[in-house]
Amino acid sequence: MARAPLPAYRAPMRVTFTSAGIKRGVGRGVPLLLGIIPFGLVVGVISLGKGLSLAETLLMSGLVFAGASQLLALELWTNPPDILAVALAALVVNIRMVPIGAALSFWLDHLRGWRLWGSLFLTVDHSFALSVAENRAGGRDAGFLFGLGVFTWLGWVAAAGAGHAMGTVVALPPDHPLFFAATASFVVILVALWRGPRQDLPPWILAAATALAAQALRLPPPVPLLAGAFAGAALGAWQETRARAA
Amino acid sequence: MTLRLDVTLAILAMGIVTYLCRAGGYAILRAVRTPPFLDALLRNLPAPLFAAYVSLALSRQDLAAALASIPCAAVHVRWGNFGLSIVVGVAAMAALRWAGL
Repeated sequence: MARAPLPAYRAPMRVTFTSAGIKRGVGRGVPLLLGIIPFGLVVGVISLGKGLSLAETLLMSGLVFAGASQLLALELWTNPPDILAVALAALVVNIRMVPIGAALSFWLDHLRGWRLWGSLFLTVDHSFALSVAENRAGGRDAGFLFGLGVFTWLGWVAAAGAGHAMGTVVALPPDHPLFFAATASFVVILVALWRGPRQDLPPWILAAATALAAQALRLPPPVPLLAGAFAGAALGAWQETRARAA
Repeated sequence: MTLRLDVTLAILAMGIVTYLCRAGGYAILRAVRTPPFLDALLRNLPAPLFAAYVSLALSRQDLAAALASIPCAAVHVRWGNFGLSIVVGVAAMAALRWAGL
């Protein structure tokens, strides 16, 4: 039986992995540090408060590289640690990453070995969204994802280490304007993904409304986020399928 | 720079679980031909994911956060500069806090 043709975004195209692409990804990561550093500092300070050493804080930030799950695990942290509880915390928060890797197949399908599995290790929400935007703009260098990932990983680990080292010095009040940097980076990434009102407005509104409704129903994280994301994505996919059929 | 065995094991468990989340979805989809609607769903995932992120983040903060998001977004629309947009957002937040919001 003949194989069905690949969808457009998985169809063969010349995807590269160059040092120029890595540098471009690093360059795009610089402003994101403004959003990442305050979050990393907070994780470092909390790690210190929970009794983790600097080496343990660096190890956690380097291996896990996922702020929300680290915060949740630290919230549940006991001495000695409940390994099952913290692993479950990581699973519950990071399960949202399962579709992210799959959605990057337009580049990842063309990579092998450390370039592929290393890029996946370094992928976070920011690098995912910006790589999609880069691909939509015609970017074909998968080094972008890797460079962006390495740079944000270094920034994250350094910020968590600095937070641990500085301890109470960076104990800013929770409403300090600096903490808005994380939300601001989400807002900016969302704006960067804008294509047009007809294409984007209905899925975005549905995603936001579904997430808020799930939160109002007191469903536990990350259910509101996942429910919103998939509701919006399903509407976007339906719109796209209908437009192609017309 | 101490590394206790039990803490190291807990961190390793978190790291393994997180990597399986990152790589697992891709590994499965690489091996299996997916239906067109699932492809379209994944293609349309990024923006709704961040729309959900932003709405949840703003719902947990006060009015100042929603107001500070406006100049932050506007700067990116006008100049397309990530760093400047984030700095303007934080500055707007600082100004709103200073104004008593």
